Amino acid sequence: MTNDEARQLIRSVLHQVAPEVDLDDVVAGETLQEALDLDSMDFLNFAVGLHEATGLEIPERDYPRLSTVEGCVTYLTSAG
Amino acid sequence: MPSLGADMEAGTIAQWLIKPGDEVHRGGIVAVVETEKSTIEVEIFESGIVDELLVHEGESVPVGAVLAHVTSRTAEAATATASLSPPTGPFPPPPPPVAHENPVAVPTRVAPPIPAARSTVPAPVVSPVVRRLAERSGVDLATLSGSGLGGTVTRSDVERAAQPTGDEGARPEWAPGRVGPRSSPFARKLATELGVDLSTLQGSGPHGSVIERDVRLAAEVTPAETPPATVASEDRPAAMRRAIGALMARSKREIPHYYLSTTIDLTAPTAWLEQANLERPITGRLIMSVLLLKATALAVKAVPEMNGFMVDGAFAPSEAVHVGVAVSLRTGGVIAPAVHNVEHLALDDLMAGLKDLVGRARTGVLRSSEMSDPTITVTNLGDLGVEAVFGVIYPPQVALVGFGRVMERAWAQDGMLGVHPCVTATLSADHRVSDGHRGGRFLAEIDRLLQEPEKL
Repeated sequence: MTNDEARQLIRSVLHQVAPEVDLDDVVAGETLQEALDLDSMDFLNFAVGLHEATGLEIPERDYPRLSTVEGCVTYLTSAG
Repeated sequence: MPSLGADMEAGTIAQWLIKPGDEVHRGGIVAVVETEKSTIEVEIFESGIVDELLVHEGESVPVGAVLAHVTSRTAEAATATASLSPPTGPFPPPPPPVAHENPVAVPTRVAPPIPAARSTVPAPVVSPVVRRLAERSGVDLATLSGSGLGGTVTRSDVERAAQPTGDEGARPEWAPGRVGPRSSPFARKLATELGVDLSTLQGSGPHGSVIERDVRLAAEVTPAETPPATVASEDRPAAMRRAIGALMARSKREIPHYYLSTTIDLTAPTAWLEQANLERPITGRLIMSVLLLKATALAVKAVPEMNGFMVDGAFAPSEAVHVGVAVSLRTGGVIAPAVHNVEHLALDDLMAGLKDLVGRARTGVLRSSEMSDPTITVTNLGDLGVEAVFGVIYPPQVALVGFGRVMERAWAQDGMLGVHPCVTATLSADHRVSDGHRGGRFLAEIDRLLQEPEKL
């Protein structure tokens, strides 16, 4: 998966989880939870969305790596 | 028109799902109603044959107005009111919250009726969305057994039935088994509002999914023939703010609140949750909120005066524990629909129910029983940052439990100082029903239950 594909995927999954939020509002380095008001249910839904799109199992201990957009992109691209 | 929450004064019939001559079953969904706060599927509490519909689609009527006449089969002569009435007779629905300010005279009856166990409902409970999906895919709903909460037939039940066997390859990779093009919840909502049929659209989003732009383009080309379903949505934020304000003012005016707070060590439930989630696929994982909800529902057994309603100045305890879950809407406002019979739900079922409820509260449609019958409310506001939340009780309920953010704290135990995950639990309760001593007992019981998470 390329950087652009990963970014596009993150955008569309976030849109499913929280249609009202805009990824463009997130400043680089800011956590998704804080920037977009995601609670633990939203965040789980986000992880499930990424899982369903990619097949990655995403264990709970990896959640911290998904907390920023950059972290998500790295996680998705390095996973293949 | 049933009272779908104590803050509701009127409702608009957005859609009838029945017509004269139809057979209806208790618990079946008969109409979609728009209120200031939400779109709600109204369930009927009578079985029988529909005689006539008295309110047109698009018409707004006050709480208590008769919507339809239904003749029950057992007592042919008896004409029942198609509303949220208990099955024992044609009781009038609850009056609006501020009856003296409402010009419509309705008999006083405050207690929202508790629906009977939903598993006894003969016909499958189906939402309009699922019903339409079934019609489109040629699935006979009567042949399905629902896998949803309380036997509700869900979208995936229909999709599974519609799926020809051995057709796994045709399933899209991240929206399993969905019939028609994939689409975001927002696109679906928009499509409903604009009267666009999603199944006719070519998606331009990722993996061919239908996105907002596709719906808007389609709506421009083919002007909607049907009126928008969400008639009240335009000024909903303002109306919702007004409704919340009126209800909370009433609560503070009528209910002598007292407040308690305690800090609970979450080391045991946190460790249990980590282990439990290791064994579960990502789609089945649990979150801490589920343990907190379950513990609250079970604690009610020890202190029943937290669970029920104030009716005509007297407390009516409830046998079942229907926990209202405060869901904040990103567009502003808060809504607290109920998960039913939480005390009997296994954690996995509670998680599924909560997920479904929060999702529908935010984007979709709630059911009338979810809106009218929470017996106690839990707010988990702290999930988004604060240490503690002291809530305002939703009348006619008598207690509200608040959980703050789970955070690591220095914690002294057995003469040792350690770092433990902790949460601050608060209780707002009605002094007409209980005292601080009993309230303290209630919070202590929640704490005790959380220390044995495997028993929840």
